[in-house]
Amino acid sequence: MKPPPFTYHAPGSVDEACTLLGTLEDAKVLAGGQSLIPLLNFRLARPQHLIDINRIAGLDRIYERDGGVAVQGLVRQAMVEDSDVVARVCPLLTDAIRLVAHRVIRNRGTVCGNVAHADPASELPAVLLALGGSVVAKSVRGERVIEAGALFAGVFETTLAPDEILVEAWFPSSSKPYAVIEESRRHGDFALAGVVRAGDQLALFGVAPTPVLADRLDPARGLEPSGDLEASPDFRLHLVRVLTAQAFAA
Amino acid sequence: MKVNGVERAAPDETRLLLSDHLRHELGLTGTHVGCEHGVCGCCTVLLDGAPVRSCLMLAVQAEGHEVTTIEGLARDGGALHPVQQAFHECHALQCGFCTPGFVMSVVGLLAQHPRPTEQEVEEGISGNLCRCTGYASIRRAVTRAAELNSSPLVGKYPPKAGDGA
Repeated sequence: MKPPPFTYHAPGSVDEACTLLGTLEDAKVLAGGQSLIPLLNFRLARPQHLIDINRIAGLDRIYERDGGVAVQGLVRQAMVEDSDVVARVCPLLTDAIRLVAHRVIRNRGTVCGNVAHADPASELPAVLLALGGSVVAKSVRGERVIEAGALFAGVFETTLAPDEILVEAWFPSSSKPYAVIEESRRHGDFALAGVVRAGDQLALFGVAPTPVLADRLDPARGLEPSGDLEASPDFRLHLVRVLTAQAFAA
Repeated sequence: MKVNGVERAAPDETRLLLSDHLRHELGLTGTHVGCEHGVCGCCTVLLDGAPVRSCLMLAVQAEGHEVTTIEGLARDGGALHPVQQAFHECHALQCGFCTPGFVMSVVGLLAQHPRPTEQEVEEGISGNLCRCTGYASIRRAVTRAAELNSSPLVGKYPPKAGDGA
């Protein structure tokens, strides 16, 4: 339960981090570390280089732009939870953040890191997808915007290139009605299944390799969720139907 | 990094976890290590006043920051911290393994919610596992600690993002 050896880098700017990521082989970005460090401790991940972006100044802003709220790369989840701007512009995000692990984890974990990690059972990727948000990826080659619909590629996989850093996530304003509802064994656990409603849009999490958009009238159609000790595939499909009905009942 | 008010050198070994650095290098064995993947909460310490998992941080990442461990709450035989006092009064422990983590989490919880509701208490301690008490006495202790609380950490936490407004 100790991280395997790696070479540690602590760049002081985004440009420096991009240069490192563009030159080093087998490098990983370390932001909040609440998913990456467990993977290192279990030795499920063995990157040769860790690029710790926590020393980069000026990457922790939350600000309004383009009718939504932008969350920069080093903004901790707890900061979003407490942010007046987020509560006003995108209260769906405030509600969703409170379902992410526990406050102690949210004190360290970042929103952008959560999105880049692309855990299929995670709330924030589904929120981004339901709202039609996007992320900003940066590399030595320049900057590009990736729409949420084109970001999630598989279990823990995104379309970010190996030399790109996710420097900002943009969440469009959420207007009523909206809802995020999940079922988990204990508060703060990963969801067995969850739904995000943003107006007429519905996104599901925990039931496919990535978050997926679904039809509210037949939300389980085409899904083939996996089963484990906590929930069978059929139970997950049942949850999708029940949670969708709850989300659209309001 | 400053640990309980004392300046300490960061380790040379970059893969050393903060939890192991505190215990093995600095001898601060009050920080307990349970699961080492962020689930049990035993290793919770304060980083610049906010509770974090010390097993999910590299020790080198604490460089330039202030770390407070359970040993830093009541220093040099001084009076117990209000949260410690409340745990003592309410007998909020049996074997004690999880207790340092609970105490640090509750210090953070009360800084965020000085008068927590029942739901805030339950959510606030939901990231810490106790296999002895059944949690009832711990919940009582949190409420008692809120009554006793005169924590000097109140107001230093939570950190605010630059809202750009």
